[in-house]
Amino acid sequence: MKKNPAATLRGMLMLLCFLAAAWVLWSGHFDPLLLGLGAFSCLATLVIVWRMGYFNREIFALTISLRLLTYWGWLIKEIVMSSLAVTKVVLNPRLPISARYIELKASAVGPIGQVIFANSITLTPGTLTLDLHQGELKVHALTQEGAEDLMSGEMDRRVASLGDR
Amino acid sequence: MAMVVDVASWVLLTVGGFFVLVGGIGALRMPDLYTRMHAASVTDSLGAMLVLGGLVLQAGITLETVKLAAILIFMLFTSPTAANALASAALLAGINPGLAKPWRQEPRS
Repeated sequence: MKKNPAATLRGMLMLLCFLAAAWVLWSGHFDPLLLGLGAFSCLATLVIVWRMGYFNREIFALTISLRLLTYWGWLIKEIVMSSLAVTKVVLNPRLPISARYIELKASAVGPIGQVIFANSITLTPGTLTLDLHQGELKVHALTQEGAEDLMSGEMDRRVASLGDR
Repeated sequence: MAMVVDVASWVLLTVGGFFVLVGGIGALRMPDLYTRMHAASVTDSLGAMLVLGGLVLQAGITLETVKLAAILIFMLFTSPTAANALASAALLAGINPGLAKPWRQEPRS
């Protein structure tokens, strides 16, 4: 999937602008030394990611869309709910864990969608992705309830609907 | 107004601190590596969100807020990656998730 040179150049310029903006925001200093170091860092980063083949492939691209932001909102709600569930288990004197081991398949086809799914599972306390290979996930769940929530498939559907190019 | 922001910020910081503590207690109480990781993830998901949210309220609309938001986003991206690396390393090293029963549909009581 080699892209044409014009697209590569456009990608490089966009990344350069993004890196420069990030440097200025992070440092907040405008003396020549720090601006020079910033320019050097941005160019060095550009060379390194170019050597890594960043501009040859599409798979690293993650576009911020409205649907992704909606998904993040839903994910934060899930994180809060499952954190409270795990907190209840931790603080319960009987420590009522019922660990489960799950194997499931991600509906998302592309690598980014699958990684978003695996990371979302890990990010919500109480479920932990052990392995992701060719869309097959091995998941460890702290409780039967957590495993059931995951197997209801809502997160899988939401990630798949994000669309993955 | 400043008072209201201060109170809200301290509520967020205190509740966040509580969840960080819960993560620590859980990591000590849980029986094996995988269940300990579940408990510890309360610290770096909900705990981090609340503490950084409280700090954002302290910082107000400044460059610091942009940096705090960036810290939160990077944490939410990198901590599951680190957890996945740890879990698959443990699995490869032969630490059996033996406490975990294979999942099957159970009738809800």
